[in-house]
Amino acid sequence: MSLATTINNLLFKRTSTFLLTVAACTFFFERTFDGSTEYLFEKLNEGKLWKHIKQNYEK
Amino acid sequence: MAASVGRICGAKLLKRNTTNVITQISSFSTVREWAGNNRKLLTSLGIVAGGAGALIFALDQSVKASELELHAPEYPWSHSGYLASLDHASIRRGYEVYKNVCAACHSMRFMCYRNLVGVSHTEDEAKAEAAEVQVMDGPNELGEMFERPGKLSDHFPSPYPNEQAARAANNGAFPPDLTYIVSARHGAEDYIFSLLTGYCDAPAGVQLREGQYYNPYFTGGATSMAQAIYDEVIEYEDGTPAYASQLAKDICTFLKWAAEPEHDQRKQMLLKSFFMFSFLCIISFYYKRHKWTVLKSRKIEFRPKSKKC
Repeated sequence: MSLATTINNLLFKRTSTFLLTVAACTFFFERTFDGSTEYLFEKLNEGKLWKHIKQNYEK
Repeated sequence: MAASVGRICGAKLLKRNTTNVITQISSFSTVREWAGNNRKLLTSLGIVAGGAGALIFALDQSVKASELELHAPEYPWSHSGYLASLDHASIRRGYEVYKNVCAACHSMRFMCYRNLVGVSHTEDEAKAEAAEVQVMDGPNELGEMFERPGKLSDHFPSPYPNEQAARAANNGAFPPDLTYIVSARHGAEDYIFSLLTGYCDAPAGVQLREGQYYNPYFTGGATSMAQAIYDEVIEYEDGTPAYASQLAKDICTFLKWAAEPEHDQRKQMLLKSFFMFSFLCIISFYYKRHKWTVLKSRKIEFRPKSKKC
């Protein structure tokens, strides 16, 4: 039994497990996607955002 | 041409027609089928639409030609660019300039001290800023209004109680509220920067009345606002040299943020949506190809039965 078949049987075959897979994937995808794009945005604007200057003002 | 004649006449040209020519021609016309009123309506509608379009075009052109003012050049702002955020250190300095210079005449009615938190000031600093002003509150148990130090939820104080008071104090001119001024002016922050730094002596032939100042960027040239931004008019707390151009740049950044507080969020969303929609485009492209393979790869052949001519 190949990997694809295993995955299909375990996750995609039944509607219940399929939906559960979708929900779980959404969670991890959203976390990684948001994290990486925010990191990229902060890199592009290094030194300009409040995050980068706030240590100068916080006691 | 041949195509349109064919479309109007249909198959009639192909048929042999034995009736006389006059009825034949009238039957070709599609216009004949419209009632007389309909035709008049359509014609007048066309004339009205065309006239309105021409009028709008002419008005647009004439407005451009009649303005006698200098248009602001485009400056390289630190936040211009599709993914460039606002410079928050500049926003903080811009707030200092607003508080010490602009706030003498201009209100920012729609800004609260809480808006500064996490943007240019920490919560404690914003509280301290708010506590510096006295705010009218009440009524208390005795039904009296009283003054108290400001809180985070308070709006920036206005220098005048109402527009009439502002006009009376400023030679009849109303200093506009600055909250959304960047969005409200053509040229946005470029215009404001040029206006603040563009004061000069009136050229020969321009008459200024009492209390007016010449500024080529202001429509008409005569403004009631005196030059407010000079070198070292204030001292920055972070030690940045306070030249006039620096002051004007910082106040413009601050006003840009005030007018578009969602600016950084929006540009971050642009980055996210760029990646997300590229991903979705690839998927849709693949899905379409996948579903259309059957249609695209089949072959339909027309084999006529051989006719004996």
